Amino acid sequence: MGGSSSRVSRTLTLTAILAGAVVLFFAFFFFLGGWTLSAPADLTLSNGAEPQTLDPAIITGEPELRVSQALFEGLTTRNTKGTVIPGMAASWTLSPDNLTYTFTLRPGIKWSNGEPITSYDFLNSWERSLNPLTASQYSYQLYYLVNGEAYGTGKLRDFSQVGVKAPDDHTLVVTLNHPTAYFLELTTLPILFPVHLASIKKYGRDWTKPGKMVCNGPYILKEWRLNDYILLEANPDYWQPVPIHRIKVLPTDSPTACFNLFYSHKTDLIIDKTSIPTELVQDIRDKPYFHANPFGATTFVRFNVKRKPFDDVRVRKALALALDKKDIVEKITRAGEPVAATLVPPGSAGYTPPSGLSYNVTEARRLLAEAGYPNGQGFPDVTMLYPARSNWVQIATEMQALWRRDLGITSIHLSGQEWRVYLNTQQLIDFDFAVSDWIGDYNDPQTFLDMFTTDNGNNETNWGNPQYDQMLVASSAAHGPAQRMKIFQDMEKMLVEDEVPIVPVYFWVGLSLYYPDRVGGFEPNFVDEHPWGQLYIPGKK
Amino acid sequence: MMALIFRRLLQAIPVLFIVVTLTFLLVRSAPGSPFSTEKKVPKEIMEELEKQYDLHGTIGHQYEQYMGKVAHGNLSLSTQYRNRTVNEIIAQTLPVSMTLGSLAYFLALLCGIPIGAWAAVRHNQAGDRFLMLGALLGISIPSFVSAPLLVMWLALSWNLLPAYGWGSPDQILLPAFCLSLPFTASIARLTRGSLLEVLKLDFIRTARAKGLPEKTVLFGHALKVAILPIIGYSGPAAAGILTGSIVIETLFGIPGIGPFFVNSALNHDPFMTSGVVLVFSLFLILFNLLTDILYFVVDRRVKLA
Repeated sequence: MGGSSSRVSRTLTLTAILAGAVVLFFAFFFFLGGWTLSAPADLTLSNGAEPQTLDPAIITGEPELRVSQALFEGLTTRNTKGTVIPGMAASWTLSPDNLTYTFTLRPGIKWSNGEPITSYDFLNSWERSLNPLTASQYSYQLYYLVNGEAYGTGKLRDFSQVGVKAPDDHTLVVTLNHPTAYFLELTTLPILFPVHLASIKKYGRDWTKPGKMVCNGPYILKEWRLNDYILLEANPDYWQPVPIHRIKVLPTDSPTACFNLFYSHKTDLIIDKTSIPTELVQDIRDKPYFHANPFGATTFVRFNVKRKPFDDVRVRKALALALDKKDIVEKITRAGEPVAATLVPPGSAGYTPPSGLSYNVTEARRLLAEAGYPNGQGFPDVTMLYPARSNWVQIATEMQALWRRDLGITSIHLSGQEWRVYLNTQQLIDFDFAVSDWIGDYNDPQTFLDMFTTDNGNNETNWGNPQYDQMLVASSAAHGPAQRMKIFQDMEKMLVEDEVPIVPVYFWVGLSLYYPDRVGGFEPNFVDEHPWGQLYIPGKK
Repeated sequence: MMALIFRRLLQAIPVLFIVVTLTFLLVRSAPGSPFSTEKKVPKEIMEELEKQYDLHGTIGHQYEQYMGKVAHGNLSLSTQYRNRTVNEIIAQTLPVSMTLGSLAYFLALLCGIPIGAWAAVRHNQAGDRFLMLGALLGISIPSFVSAPLLVMWLALSWNLLPAYGWGSPDQILLPAFCLSLPFTASIARLTRGSLLEVLKLDFIRTARAKGLPEKTVLFGHALKVAILPIIGYSGPAAAGILTGSIVIETLFGIPGIGPFFVNSALNHDPFMTSGVVLVFSLFLILFNLLTDILYFVVDRRVKLA
């Protein structure tokens, strides 16, 4: 009996110890940092994925871009309509040969630690962006500068030979290789932002952390917890007053969770269209908080023109003509995307696109028969590559069904690959044809058209035409914008009507969710850029 | 017992070594680069990046570099979150998962054992059938179904709890409950099954024959023996629940370590993947050891050899 009761008490003690341990455990992590309460924010917004970095020279993605544009500012910036306006530079002049820009900095501009911003900060920051040791994946945006590419690829060691000079504290002289009509758009990009080099030297990799980051934009980085939130606070040293004191930025991987958060009024603004569940778009399109705008990005199909049967232009044209794009945007994407006959999205200033190939099954069947596959008979086995994420699988499946319906081709197979594997396969051009997309870097047809020159690393179709390459060279020497746009029109005609290495499918729309009475200073625009420094809360301004 | 703990910890070293080796080699042998983007990166830049992250040269060389760092407790840099080390990411996210996990674990034990015991006592009666059906559903319905349903009802329709986020005490309740559901159900079923077996044994009949009250028979005698399989189950389960769940943490926007198990592999972040696998293995080894020690304490027949 004694043994038994001692064992009972032992079990009880054990249970108590266990329970105590669990509670202690919980409490321990609670105080260790598993739990944090951030300062209250005036505006909360959902920004898409967690930023990979906030270093302007390293940034590649959209969510990072948006946060960095709140923290830093280039020579130029954008207003709420997306138009380029003066930023750190108060004014600039362009030489008659269209090659040399002379920027004059705004007087009295300061870093968030109070130090003055000089033209040397720009010069040294551009050196850092270009320097191969920084390993910036977007450094090619500085290849427009004289000797920029040579320095960026390590062939030239002397930065003083690169086309950027600072004759005094507030003047920056930039010399370009060719006349570049969109250069003032490039100076809004993070890769051309000034960064505070002294703090980078001091803190190394940690310089992007709260408390260490010195900025020059409308906000400073107050707090940043990975996958949790970023807290931005108005920068008192910014050259103009910032209407909102604190913005809380939420990263969200799951569109459903993100929408739930908005629906339960825990976030004021959803910016990234990937944060809005596509299956819901149909139901919320008419709500007062739903906002859509045209956006400079295109989804298209790439053919590998070295593989049979796509080496035959008639086959490529047949597939392009028989793709019922309306079906795809109405059944799958459903956010009101316009179908695309061209690669360049409508809205590029001054540009009239060619008419492209429109949906024409009769002509498609004729071409296919002419190529030796009447009613799709004998069409070889081909595989369409697509990235295995969001709604790509539906888009690819629908295309497969459409070509079977209209052309009778039954031998199209699908291959979904995980994102980074897909990028690799695409770069190796190890596919028959692939679903792809492209987001313009700046508002100009060139950002879409120059990637299909023969040697461009983003061409990825094995297609090339010396005439096309020459036209691009001619465009930079064109007399006036009208002639330049005419050349682009001819180039695009070759691309989407005559040789068809790609089939444009649809243009993107930018989606955002917010109640207009809760968020002000947010305007839909073509570049889908909405400077956070100009957001305000209606009634509080 | 100290000898046993010491020996088991020594054994852990080769186990961890093999685990990290396999993970690293598998991730590195997958096609695609951690640094590829939609826009082609110039060759010089790609090479420099690989050099900075010690991902250049042969895979053997990369492995050697990495293991050298791991031996010093440095889990290297994340290739995805470019200004952060893997140590830093784990230090920030693991406590979050452990906070949520320990609460869920506590909930699972607190609810699972009484439910199982209650069902065993009412063996084959309506209450037992009902609870066991519930437990079966709890085990079979995956959390990516149960969690959104609970969010829809509790958060969106009735507005009782927040749907998402981390940072205020009410935000932990719903995810902790969802996380604990399958564990509660498993523990309830295990307790019931084990208790039913024990209640048939001779020493229980003896206890009843002596005229002991049923409560003493159940809690003083039967449950003490029946608890053994639950200890066996909950050790490894603790390792799983404390290192986070990708589904729950993604759905509720909890900044824990769970999503890194899958996302780091998708992002081809070799050091991050190896890092989280290392953490999980460590937990598994520790909790298995803890389980064995508990066995020894509870059941005297167990010899620690």
